[in-house]
Amino acid sequence: MMRLEKRPQPSRAMALATPLLAVLATMVFGGLLFAVLGEDPVQSILTIFWQPLFGEFAFYYRPQLLVKGAPLVLIAMGLALGFRAGIWNIGAEGQYIMGAIFGAAAALVFYPLEAWWIFPLMVICGGLGGFLWAMIPGLLKVKFGTNEILVSLMLVYVAEQFLSSMSLGLLKNPEGYGFPGSRNLQQYASAHNAEIVSGTGMHWGVVAAFIAVIFAYVLLTRHRLGFAIRVTGEAPRAAKFGGVNPARLVLFCLGTSGLLAGLAGMFEVAGPAGQITIDFNVGYGFTAIIVAFLGRLHPVGILLAGGLMALTYIGGDIAQSQLGLPAAAIQVFQGMLLFFLLALDVLTNYRLRFGAAEVA
Amino acid sequence: MSFTKLMATAALTLGLATGAFAQDKTKVGFVFVGPVGDGGWTYEHNQARLAVEEEFGDQVETVFVESVAEGPDSERVMTQMALDGADLIFTTSFGYMDPTINVAAKFPDVKFEHATGYKRADNVSTYSARFYEGRAIQGHIAGSMTESNIIGYIGSFPIPEVIRGINSAFIHAKKVNPDVEFKIIWAYTWFDPAKEADAAKVLIEQGADVILQHTDSTAPQAAAQEAGDVITFGQASDMFQYAPLPRVSSIIDDWAPYYIARTKAVMDGTWTSTDTWDGIGPGMVGIGEITDAVPADVKDEALALKDAIASGEYHPFTGPLKKQDGSDWLAEGEVADDGTLAGMNFYVEGLTGEIPQ
Repeated sequence: MMRLEKRPQPSRAMALATPLLAVLATMVFGGLLFAVLGEDPVQSILTIFWQPLFGEFAFYYRPQLLVKGAPLVLIAMGLALGFRAGIWNIGAEGQYIMGAIFGAAAALVFYPLEAWWIFPLMVICGGLGGFLWAMIPGLLKVKFGTNEILVSLMLVYVAEQFLSSMSLGLLKNPEGYGFPGSRNLQQYASAHNAEIVSGTGMHWGVVAAFIAVIFAYVLLTRHRLGFAIRVTGEAPRAAKFGGVNPARLVLFCLGTSGLLAGLAGMFEVAGPAGQITIDFNVGYGFTAIIVAFLGRLHPVGILLAGGLMALTYIGGDIAQSQLGLPAAAIQVFQGMLLFFLLALDVLTNYRLRFGAAEVA
Repeated sequence: MSFTKLMATAALTLGLATGAFAQDKTKVGFVFVGPVGDGGWTYEHNQARLAVEEEFGDQVETVFVESVAEGPDSERVMTQMALDGADLIFTTSFGYMDPTINVAAKFPDVKFEHATGYKRADNVSTYSARFYEGRAIQGHIAGSMTESNIIGYIGSFPIPEVIRGINSAFIHAKKVNPDVEFKIIWAYTWFDPAKEADAAKVLIEQGADVILQHTDSTAPQAAAQEAGDVITFGQASDMFQYAPLPRVSSIIDDWAPYYIARTKAVMDGTWTSTDTWDGIGPGMVGIGEITDAVPADVKDEALALKDAIASGEYHPFTGPLKKQDGSDWLAEGEVADDGTLAGMNFYVEGLTGEIPQ
């Protein structure tokens, strides 16, 4: 007989081990899935995990990992602060869109002026866009006690409509023959978030992601505010008695996550994406939720998780083109990762016991 | 070993190497915006890919990646195909335009073909189909068959290609039925079965008994079937599974002849950068079978219209035509030029509502 026994305290070892176990389980069951689809499972897994890192064209894929991973890490880092305190911002996708729109608009207003201050201005406006969008659920929660999960999520759809409107109207490229989409910022030197060293994938968004990780680490381990976040999440009543101002904490967590998501959007639109288009957002804001949990809401964990997610995306595309695996199979594979993580999480709080129950 | 001998050996090796290269398979990559099973746009591009494989057998190898987001992801997928040795890459969505140009600049020896865009380079061609020719025939059938005089239209994005289709369908519906009215819903998606079904239901509730769609899924067909007494047309693909009712005909994108010709050109070394915009005549736009649900006389008229367009005898945008605001556009007998059509951002007279901005 197998049964679960509650641990007196969550196991630290297990908390660290479960992400690795989840990745292993995903590899095993993903491999089985690919085998059922008629592919060599070992080859498939190697294509996804090995090729981008050490394959023939790793010189191209490694920088791409940074490009794909940076927005995920940046957004997830902000979300994790809130999640730790039990404040659930599900609308990072919308904040990401608003950051991109604000950032791009700041540059396009001055087009074709070339000046050093345009890019810094875009950074400020991009962050502000995300921050303001996150303040809507924040203030509504603080003032009227609304549910931030619902409000922030619904605002994603509002932001998407806003994005369509901007691509078709105000920000539309006047030289674009009537097609939707803004001017390409990659062709506007002052606004282009170019690679800092060519061929490395290192753009300012990647730098920002690393800074955010360090900042969050220091905040959570060394600062009073970080302590307030952790206590509120683990023991809300204790936090209240401890003098934590819940309203201020809500605004801080939502604001910071909005700010970081907005920055991610701004760096993306100014660099890899280049344009505001109707389909600009590709789900980073939602994937970042997975990244945050996969990384155990811990700064270093999130850094690793962001890299891992980026790897499955890039490797997944390679597997599609080289092995002919369908896109849906890759998505199932990525879904497995979160599923196994949540399923194995039970081991953090429970111990697996074999044999009959002891008679009390 | 003398210098000349060395050079000769080198030349020989090089010659052998190129010889071996020529015998190598031609690798053709495809970047798809939707899943190959969408039953519409991407489905037809994939059919054409299979036609290329069928045509050239062992001489070609095709690879594809489906559901690729427009933007940096598409750029990465194209780069990856080029790195893996693709000789020719078809990028089959408007949003891949700038990424295609970016990647093409990095791989001057790889040929690129971008669908529906307007940016070209020495190694980037563009191609598109004159779907509006098919819309004229749809409009004719729709205008003849509607009893409520309300025709519902599911638009994807308010871009020239879609607006052209609405105008063309409206002009020809109005010709046979002066009382006809178009109700247009913008779905802001190319492929989203749930949204498309909702749009179709709303239009049917508003009295539409014909649904035209410029989105790629079969969901509107299913919604029409459920409602009954509503007719539809297959979009991008034949959608024959909904024939004979509600689907009474369809516009089919047939990319196979073009893809085969371009692949052949790469094999022969005759590929050059071009801009292709073909319609019913060259076979890029096909009209799916008109079912018996359509009265025989309407069917005959529709087929006559198709022949007239195919032969070039009739152009769907022939004056006199006015713009929505009442200003003159085309004089009697005047035909719209391709430049205006390519950037069309206005409705013709008689359409209600505004193009979203």
